[in-house]
Amino acid sequence: MPDVIPENSVGLVTPKTHHFDEPLTLRSGRVLKEYDLVYETYGELNADRSNAILICHALSGDHHAAGYHSMDEKKPGWWDTCIGPGKVIDTNVFYVVSLNNLGGCSGSTGPTSINPETGKVYGPEFPICAVRDWVNSQARLADVLGIDVWAAVVGGSLGGMQVLRWSIQFPERLKHAVVIASAPKLSAQNIAFNEVARQAIAKDPDFHDGWYHEHNTLPKAGLMQARMLGHLTYLSDDAMKQKFGRELRAEEFNFSFAPEFQVESYLHYQGEKFSTRFDANTYMLMTKALDYFDPAAAYGDDLVACLSNAQCRFLVVSFTTDWRFAPERSEEIVNALVHADKDVSYACIESTSGHDAFLLPIPRYLDVFKAYMDGVADRCGLSGGQS
Amino acid sequence: MTALRADLAIIQKWVKPGSQVLDLGCGEGQLLKYLQEEKNVRGYGLEINPEKLTACIRNGVNVIEQNLDNGLGNFADNSSDTVIMTQALQAVKRPDELLDEMLRIGKEAIVTFPNFGYWKTRFYLLLKGRMPMSDTLPYNWYDTPNIHMCTFRDFEILCHEKGIRILNRTVMDDQHQQHWSIGLWPGMLGEIAVYHITRR
Repeated sequence: MPDVIPENSVGLVTPKTHHFDEPLTLRSGRVLKEYDLVYETYGELNADRSNAILICHALSGDHHAAGYHSMDEKKPGWWDTCIGPGKVIDTNVFYVVSLNNLGGCSGSTGPTSINPETGKVYGPEFPICAVRDWVNSQARLADVLGIDVWAAVVGGSLGGMQVLRWSIQFPERLKHAVVIASAPKLSAQNIAFNEVARQAIAKDPDFHDGWYHEHNTLPKAGLMQARMLGHLTYLSDDAMKQKFGRELRAEEFNFSFAPEFQVESYLHYQGEKFSTRFDANTYMLMTKALDYFDPAAAYGDDLVACLSNAQCRFLVVSFTTDWRFAPERSEEIVNALVHADKDVSYACIESTSGHDAFLLPIPRYLDVFKAYMDGVADRCGLSGGQS
Repeated sequence: MTALRADLAIIQKWVKPGSQVLDLGCGEGQLLKYLQEEKNVRGYGLEINPEKLTACIRNGVNVIEQNLDNGLGNFADNSSDTVIMTQALQAVKRPDELLDEMLRIGKEAIVTFPNFGYWKTRFYLLLKGRMPMSDTLPYNWYDTPNIHMCTFRDFEILCHEKGIRILNRTVMDDQHQQHWSIGLWPGMLGEIAVYHITRR
């Protein structure tokens, strides 16, 4: 909880909600007749609406990317490291929009919302969304906000997949795409991790096939297991060694199955925390969206042909110890963009933090990112607020 | 716009307006920036030094983090008009293979490297009996990144063996200046050469 709001913070922010009446047909063929999107904005939209940046969140993210909701909030938004006055995405220059995606559990319509047709919670009946559905809904939000063209669309991990999708689905509506720690599609290993996580949730007796709200319970144990698995795949061997090693909580082994190593209690803590804040159906849905993403499939698995539609410039960033979204996966994107003769820059950042690195203040990462975003400002003719 | 380093000023003359280039070890991207702004050239630079890579991004050029020793297999045949490599040939694991790669990707290539046959280098070894060091070659034998030094003659023989045609050669001193006197005996008096080459 901040006693004083730091000077380079966007400060106190209040989420807004927009209700959409126009039905949205999803990739699955199902139709959302109406829905809400909750979002936050930081900075000011300029007169010619040329300074807007869209932030796309990852698996467990939401619209709260920067600043504080209240003076009681312990931590700022999930990407406060990068968004704020004078920061990488400088809110003195840019107007930043961050939303909670459909199917989420932080205010946008999702499994915990009331289904207007039945009058009860959607639960497992909420349609599984694809990345393109999110991008379509984000484009509608852009219409509402009067943004024809984004100066940049930015995202990491699953967020990076949305950025890629934007570049081919609405090529004329963005000037820059920043794709961080992402991939053109998941590998079999990645899908397998997601399936283990989903099974952990589905096999929790409190899950009730997704109808846990009707049973006044929550599949906390399953969600906790899913998160523990996910979390450890986001870290690297090095990071875990540095952070915990083989440190014990007590002086000696106590020959029981209770958590004894620090790494165990850390994972328990992370899982526990997550299981009370996140919705299990949303977790299932988000992992499915990850699994389904494969934009090249519609082009005969030719990523070059797929990305040939793009008109924007790209920055692609990866991290050396990220094995969930390894540098090689980012390089697939880079190579396809080079073959398609697109403007692209690529940096592979040295880091011991695994996939989580994209959220951390790693100096070289921030330097590269900042240099690129300053270039975005230049190319979009935005002045002021910069050194 | 700031003035280009002398060797880059020579190189830019050999790059056609509106063409596609690949710059291997592109440094801070000065050459690419110049070519982009003055000659409407498109292209990519490869760099592995973190500070230089960030500088490239600041300069608004496309830069890709890639180690030349890991090959250039990700670039398609004939995808560039000109592939450029300044002062890096002597520092890669297999200069001969890299030359082949450059001329697979580009119709033409431009290469610069220091001349190990420069008279001071020859005399250093002859008189001191030690591996030559100078302002151009400031490293000890054991920590030098320049693991494949060659003379102009060595390079030209390699080109001949590979069927590579030399379109042009400019020889300079260590300040990248051309003097009529160097032309008297370039292999002895030149410190750096810029070669413009193509497949025969």
